[in-house]
Amino acid sequence: MSQVHYLTTPLTDEDIMNLKAGDIVYLSGTIFTARDAAHKRLVDLIESKEELPFPLQGAVIYFVGPTPPKPGEPIGSAGPTTSYRMDSYSPTLIKYGLKGMIGKGKRNQAVKDACKEYKAVYFGATGGAGALLGKLIKEAKVIAYEELGPEAVRMLKVENFPVTVINDAYGNDLYEEGRRQYEVKD
Amino acid sequence: MREIAYEDIVKAVKNMVIHTATNLPEDALRKLKEAHEKEKSPVAKKVLEQLLENAEIARTEKRPLCQDTGLAVYFVKMGQDVHVTGGTLTDAINKGTEEGYVEGYLRASTCDCFTRANLKDVIGYNLPAVIHYDIVEGDKIEIEYAAKGGGSENVSRARVLAPAQGPQGVIDFVKEVISEAGPNPCPPIIVGVGIGGTFEKAAVSSKYALFREAGKPNPDPAVAEFEKELLFELNKLGIGAMGMGGTETVLAVHVEKNPCHIASLPVSVNVQCHSSRHNHITL
Ligand code: SF4
Repeated sequence: MSQVHYLTTPLTDEDIMNLKAGDIVYLSGTIFTARDAAHKRLVDLIESKEELPFPLQGAVIYFVGPTPPKPGEPIGSAGPTTSYRMDSYSPTLIKYGLKGMIGKGKRNQAVKDACKEYKAVYFGATGGAGALLGKLIKEAKVIAYEELGPEAVRMLKVENFPVTVINDAYGNDLYEEGRRQYEVKD
Repeated sequence: MREIAYEDIVKAVKNMVIHTATNLPEDALRKLKEAHEKEKSPVAKKVLEQLLENAEIARTEKRPLCQDTGLAVYFVKMGQDVHVTGGTLTDAINKGTEEGYVEGYLRASTCDCFTRANLKDVIGYNLPAVIHYDIVEGDKIEIEYAAKGGGSENVSRARVLAPAQGPQGVIDFVKEVISEAGPNPCPPIIVGVGIGGTFEKAAVSSKYALFREAGKPNPDPAVAEFEKELLFELNKLGIGAMGMGGTETVLAVHVEKNPCHIASLPVSVNVQCHSSRHNHITL
């Protein structure tokens, strides 16, 4: 049965090992945004042994390209983007301490394997719920790659941000299991 | 000949663009509510609940429903007894699109195919719009609009089947496309299927199928029956809301059928996510 957890970032190995595919998690604390272009730069920095714009240990990255904020608001609508575009970069980040990723859609086997080997999880947020999710982001600050526009790296403060565990550190996959449960075979 | 001023078109398009980004249309909302009632999986039900709540927040607080505010796609029916003064219709639609996306605080999502550089300072904010024209009788201009997100376009596919594959071949192909798409296009989805015509005619038809009121059957009873069959088949996949498993994967299937060449059977599947942002104006 699916469990509900309330977690605050940074996440620890213990936090991760308590999570199972299908669990609902309300995340609070600081998370970081990055999409394809930013991921490429982060991995390049790791490979050339340079310092990253934020500490990776225990971090959670949110795959999102928000709409521009209205005056007086920290951020516009901010739901998840499709995650597979980050598949070639995520394993490296996980190896260097990343504990959680938030997005939507399937991940490849390399990402699932990295989650198992280095204790990390992939969370799904509700795609297309950008108005609702944007409201739960209390602060947003661009901390790197401003020139990338919606793809810049932002530091977000979130409160009870609702996500579901898709891939846990035990090799389970909610997309596969959920579908198997409701599939009608001819 | 009736005259319509360029500026009036710009203004009407702009207002439609801004309104549509934050107001989920009645038909999509009704379909989501039905899915929420019918859904058997508690996890998927929770997702559908969030989507309904999201629509409410978007409407009352004027926040975009989704951060992917799409590329602007239009189907225009231009009456042949109307003349646009002060500029071209295409320019007016593009200008209205740009102003709407800027003033509505929507996202600029057009980029160069290869360099991936955003085109907002090159061509214009979220430009160019994708515009399909038809010339019709009368002295009015009807402009149908959709803000089309990338997630559901990415899983859309076209294929030219052999005539012998027939209706079963079409069903198999559509099932294959939706099954492979899984959670990626933000289900629950609406599926537009264009059958027949030429390769590109099938593709445009599948897009136009998505402009129909959600769940409204094709006027041809045989095609309507085929839509029902497809809907039933697709919901057997068990993908569910956001792909987390469930009984309500597809909200509606719309099929547009065209005569085709004796040698071919083109089929195109265009997917629309639950954030089905559509609207139209008549000038
Ligand atoms: S597929 Fe639709 S709902 Fe999902 S992120 Fe894209 S535009 Fe938004």
